[in-house]
Amino acid sequence: MRRIWRHPKIVLGGVLLSALVLLSLAAPWIAPYDPIELDVVHRLRPPSGAHWFGTDAYGRDILSRTLYGGQISLLIGLSVAALASVVGTTIGLVGGYVRWLDATVMRVMDGLMAIPGILLAVAMLSLTRASVQTVIVAITIPEIPRVVRLVRSVVLSIREQVFIQGAITSGSRLPRILFRHVLPNALAPIIVQATYICASAVLIEAYLGFLGVGTPPEIPSWGNIIADGRNFVQLAIWNVTFPGLFLGGMVLSINVLGDGVRDLLDPRIARRM
Amino acid sequence: MLGLVIRRILATIPVMLVVALVVFLLLHLSPGDPAAIIAGENATSEDIERIRATLGLDRPLVLQFVLWIADLLRGDLGVSVYNHVPVTTLIAQRVEPTLSLAVCTMILAVSLAVPLGIVAAWKVGSWIDHAIMGLAVISFSCPVFLIGYALVFQFSRTWKWLPVQGFTPMSQGVGPYFAHLALPALALGLVYMALLARMTRSTMLEVLAEDYIRTARAKGLGAGAVLLRHALKNAAVPIVTTIGLGVALLIGGVVVTESVFAIPGIGRLTIEAVTQRDYPVIQGVILIASMVYVLINLAIDLTYSLLDPRIRY
Repeated sequence: MRRIWRHPKIVLGGVLLSALVLLSLAAPWIAPYDPIELDVVHRLRPPSGAHWFGTDAYGRDILSRTLYGGQISLLIGLSVAALASVVGTTIGLVGGYVRWLDATVMRVMDGLMAIPGILLAVAMLSLTRASVQTVIVAITIPEIPRVVRLVRSVVLSIREQVFIQGAITSGSRLPRILFRHVLPNALAPIIVQATYICASAVLIEAYLGFLGVGTPPEIPSWGNIIADGRNFVQLAIWNVTFPGLFLGGMVLSINVLGDGVRDLLDPRIARRM
Repeated sequence: MLGLVIRRILATIPVMLVVALVVFLLLHLSPGDPAAIIAGENATSEDIERIRATLGLDRPLVLQFVLWIADLLRGDLGVSVYNHVPVTTLIAQRVEPTLSLAVCTMILAVSLAVPLGIVAAWKVGSWIDHAIMGLAVISFSCPVFLIGYALVFQFSRTWKWLPVQGFTPMSQGVGPYFAHLALPALALGLVYMALLARMTRSTMLEVLAEDYIRTARAKGLGAGAVLLRHALKNAAVPIVTTIGLGVALLIGGVVVTESVFAIPGIGRLTIEAVTQRDYPVIQGVILIASMVYVLINLAIDLTYSLLDPRIRY
């Protein structure tokens, strides 16, 4: 625990992230207005005492919407990181260990990696009715190959080591070898990768919302607030700057935290990223 | 040598096949009837049948895939469901803005990132290193629309130096062309630069720890000679590889940046196609974008396996 305080990145990222998480979770109690309540009389008002972050084209309070928007970003960031890590790790473990599967798995991953992630997500979302769940799946799938490649590289480097051979000789079955012996060695880089995926998922969710294909427009996610505000950006730049700063702040804090955790766990794994 | 080149080229075929399969299956694995999805919510059953027949969706899946691949190999990406123009024509009409933005961004990012990464690695642990890396993590955490709108606010609205948005083809004058490209390329370039600077730094750090660097320093070479002639030469391969792999991110960034600056490129085409449920166009864009990515990486791969005699796979 004391080691953590010697890593300023973990402290810095952690404090900023905790502040943003607390603000988002406390939104129902601290938000001054209902985030979806329309008030057309007070539309596009600049920041003031009544509306600290101003109002949008429908008179909705940007501060309240931004606070609630953090919940969506957190939900999507954490879900994507968890889902991509679990699925990617499973595929990577099996693919890296079972030789006859390896080539096929890696060709599929190479193919997936060749498709620009945002385009793949946009295409998937264009076919389904957008919901928070479909957005999570659409952001997760392009992230999986990165986890698979990382886990596979760890598996390949320890597959031939004595303790694995020992486990095989003593009659351990494949799932036990993978999850009891191989996985613990891959855990540190997976955790670091998961934080970076979380940061990237928060950003991509906002991009998809901004492009108008993400989370359903009635949900006040940061991407949606900015998408609503972009047509009025010349008149009311606060529609974009405040949610944008919260978004940038959250992505930054997760990335800095990830760098810190990477330095803490093992400085060498930086090279595998 | 020729064998190597042929092997590398052949290795891209399974990758492109997987891309094609994913793009093909997207439409068919999605819940619901693909023809109905494309037709939209207000379509009559005749509309749906017409789309089913034009896209050949009534045929067996395997046959559809084979026919589709055969069309692709002939350079036929299908016809837009919305305005019945060949997809290749639609994409060709939108190539110039997208390509201009991507190339300008790339040049800007690489020419800033490589020197910054080298300096950070050379001065590792110093305040210069911390400042460069701090700026890097801030700029790649920053959403590109935030940087974009901030630049527009300052350069176009306050100072009135540059146009707010849009695109002018090169044929209408080099001045307006670059004036329109400057802000989008800067916005996206800052994000991309940050990623490359981080990678350049970590690669240079590895190279600078090698024995031959110590030898070069020991024999009294100056900082410039050690960094450029010995270190950068050896770090070049991983740096260029990173630049190549980053093209996928760059393409994603271009899509968002085009929307910020109302640039009528392939990114806008994709978003228009999504709102019009013009599936052949979406498929075509993804295929072309992935192919560009694969070809750029193939070219990088071939170039340095030809230039660097140590690389023989």
